[in-house]
Amino acid sequence: MRQALRLLGYGWALHFKILSRSAFDGFLGVLWPLFFATIAFFMFRTGGNSSALLYTSLGASVMGVWSSTSVAASSALQRERWAGMLELLAAAPVHFSLILMPITLAMSTVGIYSMTATLLWGRLLFGIQLHVQHLLLFALAIPVAILSIGMLGFLLSVTVVRYRTAWALGNALEYPVWLVCGFLVPLSLFPGWVRPISWALAPTWGIRAIREAALGGSPLPDLLVCAAIGLGYAAAGMLLVDTVLRSARSRATLSLT
Amino acid sequence: MAVVEAVDLRRTYKTSTGLFRRRSLEVEAVRGVSFEIAEGELFGLLGPNGAGKTTTIKMLITLLIPTSGEARVLGYDVVKDAREVRKRIGYVFGGDRGLYERLPGIDNLRYFAELYGVPPREQRARIDELLELVGLKGREKEKVEGYSKGMRQRLHIARGLLHDPPVLFLDEPTIGVDPVGARELRGTIASLAQAGKTVLLTTHYMFEADALCDRIAVIAKGEIVAEGTPRDLKALVTEGTVVEIETFDAPGDAADRLRRLPGVMSVAVEDREQAQVLVVQSEATGTTTQQLLVALGDVQVGRVSAREPTLEDAYVSLVTRK
Repeated sequence: MRQALRLLGYGWALHFKILSRSAFDGFLGVLWPLFFATIAFFMFRTGGNSSALLYTSLGASVMGVWSSTSVAASSALQRERWAGMLELLAAAPVHFSLILMPITLAMSTVGIYSMTATLLWGRLLFGIQLHVQHLLLFALAIPVAILSIGMLGFLLSVTVVRYRTAWALGNALEYPVWLVCGFLVPLSLFPGWVRPISWALAPTWGIRAIREAALGGSPLPDLLVCAAIGLGYAAAGMLLVDTVLRSARSRATLSLT
Repeated sequence: MAVVEAVDLRRTYKTSTGLFRRRSLEVEAVRGVSFEIAEGELFGLLGPNGAGKTTTIKMLITLLIPTSGEARVLGYDVVKDAREVRKRIGYVFGGDRGLYERLPGIDNLRYFAELYGVPPREQRARIDELLELVGLKGREKEKVEGYSKGMRQRLHIARGLLHDPPVLFLDEPTIGVDPVGARELRGTIASLAQAGKTVLLTTHYMFEADALCDRIAVIAKGEIVAEGTPRDLKALVTEGTVVEIETFDAPGDAADRLRRLPGVMSVAVEDREQAQVLVVQSEATGTTTQQLLVALGDVQVGRVSAREPTLEDAYVSLVTRK
């Protein structure tokens, strides 16, 4: 257990260091969430409703977390394959989830910047004041949402191990999840059949908990559901990873050729 | 007991072509390979590109599941006891890939020390010792992207040795490395064998296998075509003759015409500037130079020379046999 925690911590630090060493990725990482947030702010400002702007500001901040986790984690794993690292990592005598999880967690950590930058951007350029009603629960909701989104990224990354082209799945899911999880518009605007999909996704509950904590309401149930679904993703990923890895060894998909 | 044991290993790759009418293709990369490696032995798997060396090694290090057959390392089955095998082996492959380029060499080593469960208290001393062994002491804090090929290869070797494994798999470790660097690497590999490690080395350089290996298996088209000590392999061709025929604009079937002659063991074609040199290896009592020239017919021929077979001829003969 101690070795597993140590490996998770070391892996997270290593992958965070790799991310921080790329000037190009860093530049995009800084600007990207601000572009998205700006578009969202302009769209909702026309309504002249200040609470809608705060609603959007919080949603846009979690959009960045999701984008950095889903897209970046899938492509990061594909980069491991291109660099010939995936085979070396798969050949290590530890459970493969201890190798995959830190990669997605490092990406989610980048999402913390994205969240802070979006809120500050809204405050400085659009005058959106953030008045938090339940400060403690708000502070708790942020790491729970980020970790749960990280675990969803982990579950996605398991498929990248098996299928060489699955990294595109991360890209493909980026915008639909923005919509389906209600980051920008309320879920009530969508057809009924979308709801079950939304409920199965931790970001839906994460953003609800954050909004309830900030705007007033009862965030605790949403927070607990978000944490439970996040744990469910982690458990599913850990159970799947051995099967997926065996399949990748059988079909020779760990390497590029 | 054999430390590494492969019994009738086979591996087939499945691919598909076509967009609408998908067609499945099966490529047999390894076709019934069997061998044993004793404790402390340096065993060479020698063969040309695409012969099945890397596929064989990947099955032994648990990265690929064999289509059929069995393999054991230190008594552990490579499919059923994959984790036990992984704990006890080191894997080093050749080339530029397999390192975190943006990080310093020492960070690469520390991460793999964690992955292989090297106790935290021992990590620093172990990494220092290995940096010294591979000659990277003092360069470990530089980013890998600034390393030369030779330095990268030495870092690979240090990585593979972090957990002090008793068995090492080295897949073409000197590929792409300059002659001086390659010689240094061969020195490091020899010292590992002297330290009692069991080593499986794959290479397509005959001289490298000859200089390092206790025993060699020659693999061609997925099958082992010869096995023995370097001396045994040389003995296979010492009694033959080699004729080199320089040709110009030789048709594609010229080599085949020679191969069909009685007594011809192998024909290799080497491009040398404007000419194609046909290197014909024959049994001592086999075909004469005159018969070879007659078989070539109208082909424009330049210089013709005969010589004693070398070790490289032995290898070429084995992998290009009729």
